[in-house]
Amino acid sequence: MSALLEIANVTKTFPGVVANENISITVAAGEIVALLGENGAGKSTLVKSVFGMVRPDSGEIRIKGEIITPGDTSGAIARGVGMVHQHFQLVPVMTVTENIILGSEPKRGIFINMKAARAEVLALSEKYGLEVDPDAFVEDLPVGTQQRIEILKALRKDVDLLILDEPTAVLTPQETDELLQVMRNLAASGVGVLFITHKLREVMAVADRVVVLRNGRVAGSTSPKETDEEGLAQLMVGRNVVLQVEKGDAKPAAATLVIRELHVNDDRKHLAVNGLNLEVRAGEIVGVAGVEGNGQRELVEAICGMRPRISGEILVAGEATPDMHPHKIHSMGVSHIPEDREKHGLVTTYSIEDNLVLNQFDRAPFAKGWIRNMAALEENATRLVKEFDIRTPSISTTAGALSGGNKQKVVVARELSQDTRVVVAAQPTRGVDVGSIEFIHNQLIAARDAGAAVLLVSAELDEILSLADRVAVMFGGKIVAILEAKEAERVLVGRLMAGLSA
Amino acid sequence: MTRFLSFKWILTFILIAITGYLYSKDGVITTSVVATAVIFGLPLALAAMVGIMCERTGIVNIGIEGTLLFSSFIGFFVASSTNNGVFGIISAITAGVVTGLFLAFMSISWKMDQIIAGTIINILATGLTSFLYTQGRMAPTTFPIDIPFFSSIPFFGQVLFMHGPLVYFGLVVIFSLYVALYHTSWGLRSRAVGEHPGSADTAGVSVFRLRYLNVALAGAVGGLAGAYLSLELVGSWDRGFTAGKGFTALALMIFGRWNPMGALAAAMFFGLTQAVTNQLMFSDVAHIPEQFVNMLPYVLTIVVLAISAGKVRPPAAEGLQYEKEKA
Repeated sequence: MSALLEIANVTKTFPGVVANENISITVAAGEIVALLGENGAGKSTLVKSVFGMVRPDSGEIRIKGEIITPGDTSGAIARGVGMVHQHFQLVPVMTVTENIILGSEPKRGIFINMKAARAEVLALSEKYGLEVDPDAFVEDLPVGTQQRIEILKALRKDVDLLILDEPTAVLTPQETDELLQVMRNLAASGVGVLFITHKLREVMAVADRVVVLRNGRVAGSTSPKETDEEGLAQLMVGRNVVLQVEKGDAKPAAATLVIRELHVNDDRKHLAVNGLNLEVRAGEIVGVAGVEGNGQRELVEAICGMRPRISGEILVAGEATPDMHPHKIHSMGVSHIPEDREKHGLVTTYSIEDNLVLNQFDRAPFAKGWIRNMAALEENATRLVKEFDIRTPSISTTAGALSGGNKQKVVVARELSQDTRVVVAAQPTRGVDVGSIEFIHNQLIAARDAGAAVLLVSAELDEILSLADRVAVMFGGKIVAILEAKEAERVLVGRLMAGLSA
Repeated sequence: MTRFLSFKWILTFILIAITGYLYSKDGVITTSVVATAVIFGLPLALAAMVGIMCERTGIVNIGIEGTLLFSSFIGFFVASSTNNGVFGIISAITAGVVTGLFLAFMSISWKMDQIIAGTIINILATGLTSFLYTQGRMAPTTFPIDIPFFSSIPFFGQVLFMHGPLVYFGLVVIFSLYVALYHTSWGLRSRAVGEHPGSADTAGVSVFRLRYLNVALAGAVGGLAGAYLSLELVGSWDRGFTAGKGFTALALMIFGRWNPMGALAAAMFFGLTQAVTNQLMFSDVAHIPEQFVNMLPYVLTIVVLAISAGKVRPPAAEGLQYEKEKA
């Protein structure tokens, strides 16, 4: 069988980084190939080259034997390539129909034939069993639905090759299973599927072949029949990884973080946290599981004083925290590892030294009155860089120059090196390499064992299940269930996350 | 949103009621004031279209003032040199396209800050036209054309159907733009590029090409507005002749929420305030110092921006460079 897609010796460099080095991969019709690798391994860059969004420096990409012109998206589409992007490429203020027809609109004279377009969307939706409302505005839809739109958009043009870039990152386990089924159906109908993921479970479940990328190179090629999750992880990282987090039993004490009847709005002034109650005791990790967009972000921001509360109260060690006062809340012993480290965790143009004292630069020992104590700063930075294994040429390097994992270690080092009563960690390992993930997890457990109340919010269910002592499932702005770690089983949590009853 | 909407309709109703009352008092003056409002409002509406076409595809254009000044000057200069109004109009539109392409070149190809690119056009236009201007030129102007039958309708005939050709042409352009923006592929793609260029790019629409095209087309509309100012409305040209209309247009665009019909309505309302002011001064009912009248565009801009701050939602990708390749 001749290959549907042939990638031959593709190399692409960005300033300072080699994203792809001499990569060769083939995909046959009807085959599901998983492209596995850590963040920054070069997976996205490679598939973007296939779709014409990135121009490779050298190498060839052939589809059905024809060489595609580098950087020509419409050429790739014309040759039957469809792509579902990691970051949804949808216009929020437009309807589902408008988004799907964009680029090749059905016409009547010079006008768009909206009636035909709508009918086409409905037919498409029925054909693939992906339900959407053609008239809904994309910005009002949950992410799972938005992804269905992305898939329909890709499938609309009789695709021979479907590329999916981390399609499951934002889905519930049930939605993920549905998606995997859609992929199987497509493959059965002769479509070649190339999908990117870093979740081993999905690879094992659906792939015919697995190509593992590491540091921009093909680290190995295998199939789920020949290996297991441990083997795949080893290929990804290049060494043995402990998938299970080692931790002792929690010894919870009194409730340190108490949230009562909290109501918080999101950016669009809709109620995102809707009467939430939660207690986190000293010495335990409570994991908040939930599909993104169910109020987790707003909850975290309200606790840390970055978003106004509408009503309700938040107590730290029995003392009410003020609304919208991050500095005061921090000084009451609340540490925050924010979701968006570039925006809220670091000043990327400042040195590591300064970033490590961002929330305490004005206090002893880092300041004497109005004067900063440079010696104490330097001592602090040198110690933390060593202790938290931050890989940097020097402490005066700017934070922006570090890799994702090391940036996050700077944030973690700052937040966990202080005396802290409550740790709020939001997506602490998102976009972080496996080695750093392991380290950050151990630091959170160490904080717990030192007596802090840890609230962990993560979109990765695996992370929650392996770290948390109790799992709080969040849905529609409320905690709908609190489970002990041992009774928090993947399927059950997944059902609860989707708003179903246990 | 609802509050905004009802405000709009209440204002419309009050205006109609006042106009009706005044018409019953003095039909001749009322009709001429409203007709003047159309004449004054049109260039502002056209200039607002320039802003809409650019910003809907994500390019901020604060160089509209420069486009108006430059094209009105070129139009007048060519018309007076060749003694041919049509040549004047064509060269004004060409001059508008040139400023548009210049803006596109700076802000899309060179990836310059778009505010600065627009400012360059404004400063360049002021300097060039002032330098090249010579006094005492005369140019042929357009003449009003009465549309048969329609022009004999009382009130509306004089308000809408007894104007120069560029008024009709301008109105056709505005209505066509409205229809095109919401009902054609071009419009859908343009709006997508202005909201989320990635979505258009991944659907095979060239963000680069469409932005270039729209900024150039917008320049043509700006050129038309310029031709109208020097060859139809005023019939001459002077330094600093556009008097802030390009900036007023930006405020009207925001007030009209980047919708051609909204901006047209806002422009006509603004034209009406000018027509009323003129009438009051002319009939000596009120003596308003000229300086205050000249201040009006800028004061209005501030007021509009203050009222609409936080209530309107500009195209999301406005003013941002689109980088196709990101690691």
